[in-house]
Amino acid sequence: MAQYLIKRLLLMIPLLFGITLITFTVIHLAPGEPVEMQVAMNPKVTAEARERLRKFYELDKPLHVQYVKWVGRLSRLDFGRSFAPDGRKVVDKIRERIPVTLSLNIIALVLQFGIAVPIGIFAATRRDTPLDKGITVFVFLGFAVPTFWLALLLMYVFGVKLGWLPISGLHSMGSEGMGTVAWLLDMARHLILPVSVATFSSLAGLSRYMRSTMLEVIGQDYITTARAKGLSERTVIYRHALRNALLPVITLLGFSVPGLIGGSVIFETIYALPGMGQLFYMGVMARDYPLVMGILVIGACLTLVGNLLADIGYALADPRIRH
Amino acid sequence: MRTGWLASLLIALFLLAACDGGRKAAPPVQRGPGTPAQGDALVVGSIGEPSTLLPLLASDNASHEVAGRIYNGLVRYDKNLNLEGELAESWDVSGDGLTITFHLRKGVKWHDGQEFTSRDVMYTYRVTIDPKTPTAYADAFKQVQSAVAPDLHTFRVTYAKPFAPALESWGMAILPAHLLEGKDITTSELARRPVGTGPYTFKEWVAGQKITLEANRDYYEGRPWIDRYIYRIIPDNSTMYMELKAGALDMMGLSPVQYQRQTETSEFRARFNKYRYPASAFTYLGYNLRHPLFADRRVRQALTAAINKAEIVHGVLLGMGQVAHGPYKPGTWAYNPQVRDFEYNPERARQLLAEAGWRETNGEGILVREGKPFRFTILTNQGNTERLKTAQIVQRRLKKVGIDVKIRVIEWASFLSQFIDKGNFEAVMLGWTISPDPDMFDIWHSSKTGPKELNFIGYKNPEVDRLLEEGRGTFDQEKRRRCYWRIQEILAQDQPYTFLYVPDALPAVSARFRGIEPAPAGISHNLIRWYVPKEEQIY
Repeated sequence: MAQYLIKRLLLMIPLLFGITLITFTVIHLAPGEPVEMQVAMNPKVTAEARERLRKFYELDKPLHVQYVKWVGRLSRLDFGRSFAPDGRKVVDKIRERIPVTLSLNIIALVLQFGIAVPIGIFAATRRDTPLDKGITVFVFLGFAVPTFWLALLLMYVFGVKLGWLPISGLHSMGSEGMGTVAWLLDMARHLILPVSVATFSSLAGLSRYMRSTMLEVIGQDYITTARAKGLSERTVIYRHALRNALLPVITLLGFSVPGLIGGSVIFETIYALPGMGQLFYMGVMARDYPLVMGILVIGACLTLVGNLLADIGYALADPRIRH
Repeated sequence: MRTGWLASLLIALFLLAACDGGRKAAPPVQRGPGTPAQGDALVVGSIGEPSTLLPLLASDNASHEVAGRIYNGLVRYDKNLNLEGELAESWDVSGDGLTITFHLRKGVKWHDGQEFTSRDVMYTYRVTIDPKTPTAYADAFKQVQSAVAPDLHTFRVTYAKPFAPALESWGMAILPAHLLEGKDITTSELARRPVGTGPYTFKEWVAGQKITLEANRDYYEGRPWIDRYIYRIIPDNSTMYMELKAGALDMMGLSPVQYQRQTETSEFRARFNKYRYPASAFTYLGYNLRHPLFADRRVRQALTAAINKAEIVHGVLLGMGQVAHGPYKPGTWAYNPQVRDFEYNPERARQLLAEAGWRETNGEGILVREGKPFRFTILTNQGNTERLKTAQIVQRRLKKVGIDVKIRVIEWASFLSQFIDKGNFEAVMLGWTISPDPDMFDIWHSSKTGPKELNFIGYKNPEVDRLLEEGRGTFDQEKRRRCYWRIQEILAQDQPYTFLYVPDALPAVSARFRGIEPAPAGISHNLIRWYVPKEEQIY
């Protein structure tokens, strides 16, 4: 097992290199330069000021030198400073955004699985009844409705018309003076709308998947056997069928892990949530190289780690892989 | 049945959302002026987040807007867009126009209690021209030949030649020398925790969410009435509008549709005051003068005559703007009200085109000269729907005189690097901000046609060159006015751009704020004198 692990870890080194190279190339292939974004079309800027900025960001150096310098810093876990005028550390910028995205995604993921799985089972056991069809329509509605439109509609109804929920942001005015419990409740109120929309729109895939694996399992011989033994329908479904039907769904859960730090731009923009999606989008628009490359590398590393964990999990479960 | 239940839920949602007119409209409340009182907060919405609160390093609007509350310059524009002293009580320009002496205000304190002196001005000047400082604003200060601070409250600069825009450049925010001297400004924590001399002091910045400022009790012009200024970052315009209607925002700029169609309810008008005045910007259709299609002045005149500008103002801005005839803002001293360029007249356009050799049309009704059809592409940048709509209206009008126009929308970074910088375009739909000082040397002077320079259309006119040089070389406003009025006459004939429109700024402010005085400079020039009567304060 140790040998297998070492091999896997060593394999990750060239992979990481490849990731940095591709990341660097891709962002530098995009037309335009960070300096341009800051000074273009500004009558107060001359060519000299432009050169000064380029020099400051070391954009005047040849590309390979820029790459080596960047990888060198990266190997010391230094992501560098953002090219935005604030010049803050990329790590700081990411650190202040990750909690929002991560908590939003985790809550939505838990809700998504918590709702989609029972819905799928429910629909499978009542196959072709009006209830099953109703659920199908419901989840596909969530899938088909444009998120931004639904988001705006709900904001208008619950925020403006009824005034029950806050419209956007994370905290109310004056949340600084609240106690911990009140502060958390205030934030929870702000998260109700975004989390509901995110969950509703992602129910379809998972619940349909659950329904079909469930139906497949129910058609197996051992279920017929179980029924023939005279077990109650409840035991047949939840003790025998569900366990096997859940396995592929758990694999799906594993796939969702790297996506947890990715945020949706449209979503975060509409709800004014300061998350990773917006940070990345703004970074790309401003050609903020260190920031964009930093986020991409962290994302890629998380995917690698996720894959590694999955492989270890498989290896533990299946001796054939270990050897 | 489940589906039926769901459908009715959706229908209910729609009805609820659509029942705007259903609610009984309350009669507009007539509010008296009330008594000025301290307290309350002004919550402002912004699409973008400031990048840094050291204005020297910032190049975005949001940064300058917030920093403008925290810092002062030596001079500023008053409500009528004339320069007046801010940290400088007064200034003298020497007879030859080469030396400016600023007499600084005494007793002004930084937010941390230190006294403001000429040392701060000297530091700001030095750090700006320091080649290690990554700033976009060094050029005006580089014209300075020598800067001296004879005493704590006097600052004197000498220029090599008279340079009128110099005065405006001293409106740059003055930075605290005692906190920055000898340190690297690019890593200074003042970028996130600024210390200024302005009417508001910095309190808190929650990244991606809001910036809170507090009234400066010791402000030299007197403490602002409103206790807190909160700058909320809401990246989506529709969300911002809903926040405004829900009462969580006090002020935002409306779009023409919001101003005209969505807020004309008595409920909205009872809760908000809407203002309308010309914005300091214009939108234009610029022609690449190096391109053979547009080399002939008559062709450009014909294009302008073929475009109905009034229709664009009506269709794109819903009338919330005015037709432009030149690059200055109507009502300012540099604007020449007598200049009118080519009126909408398709007949005249056809005639001018015929004179330029575009007589015949091909099977599709497109004008042809020497076998080539009159066909070009208008480029515009992504994310600006007003420009796109304008381009579409222009496209339709030009089609009527036999010109085939295509429209291409391109992301800003590529737009600049692949098309503008390389001179690789035929026509562009863009806009300029109109600065209060009328010097437009960079945009029209023939020496500014190089790559990455702003006269990217390649306009060259010796008379305009001479007038631009003369206009920036004197402090005499009357002389300058004559230069800029003549330039407008020439541009109206040359038509390097088709000047399209000057849009209106359309801010809405919660009606609980009093003391707002709309002026040519907008509404926020007297922000420190806005107040909320005690009985109406909500925060």
